[in-house]
Amino acid sequence: MTIDHKYQVPTVAVHTDIFERVTRSVARVNGMPKMRQAYVPQPVMGKSPAELRAYIEGNDMVSGRPFMQEVIDGLTTPLDSEGAQGISFDRSTPRLVEPDTEDNLHQLFLDRHWTDTLPIVLPTEARVEAMLRGTSHKPDEVVGHMRPTGFREFWEFTVEKVAVNAVMAGCKPEYLPILLALASTGASARASTTSSAAAMAVVNGPIRHELKMNSGIGAMGPYNHANATIGRAWGLLSQNLQGGSEPGLSYLGSQGNNYAYTSITYAENEERSPWEPLHVQHGFKAEESAVSPFGGCRSTAFTLGIHEKYWQEHVRNLLRGMDPHNSPCYVLDPITARQFVDRGIKTKEALIDWTYENARMPAGEYWSYQLIQNYVYPRATYGEEPYASLLKAKPDELIPMYTRDEIQVVVVGGETNGYWRIMGGGHRGTTSVDKWR
Amino acid sequence: MAQLTVLNPTGYPPKVTAKPMAPRVNTLDGKRVALVDCRFDDSDIFLKEMQGWFEQNLPNVKSEFIQIRNVYTKDDPETWQEIQKGFDAAIIGVGH
Repeated sequence: MTIDHKYQVPTVAVHTDIFERVTRSVARVNGMPKMRQAYVPQPVMGKSPAELRAYIEGNDMVSGRPFMQEVIDGLTTPLDSEGAQGISFDRSTPRLVEPDTEDNLHQLFLDRHWTDTLPIVLPTEARVEAMLRGTSHKPDEVVGHMRPTGFREFWEFTVEKVAVNAVMAGCKPEYLPILLALASTGASARASTTSSAAAMAVVNGPIRHELKMNSGIGAMGPYNHANATIGRAWGLLSQNLQGGSEPGLSYLGSQGNNYAYTSITYAENEERSPWEPLHVQHGFKAEESAVSPFGGCRSTAFTLGIHEKYWQEHVRNLLRGMDPHNSPCYVLDPITARQFVDRGIKTKEALIDWTYENARMPAGEYWSYQLIQNYVYPRATYGEEPYASLLKAKPDELIPMYTRDEIQVVVVGGETNGYWRIMGGGHRGTTSVDKWR
Repeated sequence: MAQLTVLNPTGYPPKVTAKPMAPRVNTLDGKRVALVDCRFDDSDIFLKEMQGWFEQNLPNVKSEFIQIRNVYTKDDPETWQEIQKGFDAAIIGVGH
């Protein structure tokens, strides 16, 4: 769109056919509904040159016409008035839904993809008003902007809109400041990525106790009202405030992700941790309350304990099982955190340093990972450090899989045993909950 | 049955602003066409095959393979200007 509109060079964009709905939708909401597009079969990835040549010599998967004819016509057929001028229009969002029966409204919310398909609490005016008592902020205050992916447009939302989604998820009013804080970061728990990423939220500070959040036995599971409904509400508000999360249109996760139901939301077990809390690592005081969203949560590696003799080999093995483009977050039961201390890892920073030094792989292997090819290699060739320097390594030279700032450590669990895991997930910042009280 | 009034849970989308497209060329004959690799998955292989198709089927079209300078998620004005100055048309891909 940029080349065609801003730089006025006639352009055809080629996509695989499964993205037809999303590409046409994106073109329309960008004011360019007649953008010329052509479609080949899915996938392109992994196909041989001969197979891709067959795509080119075959038919366009949407129009059914010869693919290259579609491309050539896209560059040479004169534009109609809508193509030449584009289109402008407003999209209003009414505050209220047309009154109806309870059953019909539940069906309407399902039909419009406003839920996670599990039963919701209907956001009546009385319930939303009660929810809004959980914050001192005005209902019409703009909280932030969100979008499901980088090529979509940002949508805007207010305190009231966050409260509506909190009601739907079954939250109590006192949970609202955490949701407002999460929403204010713009971090979506419903990213549309084909990689089926989910999100994670770690809560720190006094609000954990005020809300009776769980940081002990079963904290990451379905056993605590605040953990469960805050995480669910983050997902609902993401899909509704960013402009949707509809499969094939605004959600493209190929396999989907069960973590997305409640977005892995829990409190850090600060009291049983030997280390400083996550929010203190990121500049807050211990007596302040904060929440840290993570994105890109897909993979989990686990083991039991930190073996006295071979612990370094074991942890390296877990790290080597991760995709190097997916930042590691240690999620440690307090038993395990203390075992790390016993092995000489006295602080979270020491574990981060150890990981940076030990999560390594041969350069040739690293650069051949598809996600590294897509997202890191172009940054390296552009000159961005440390990737530009890493690109100079010989194929068998060991290079770090992660930068230090990609590695995080959280302590959670009830000490029924020393099981622990490494979540693949990127830290999206740590933000104040107190400012949204 | 009793009727309920509930609030709409969706956010506020931005106004859609028209974006005029570039006028098309009359023909590709003798024109320079940029085959723009968005550097996602195996797009480069695909576009090099397309370049081969042009050479074989429309040899009067001067197709040239170029890559964006950084990740596709970042704007790339240097490359867009290069295309604007040096080419009559562009084919970008592959989105998938």
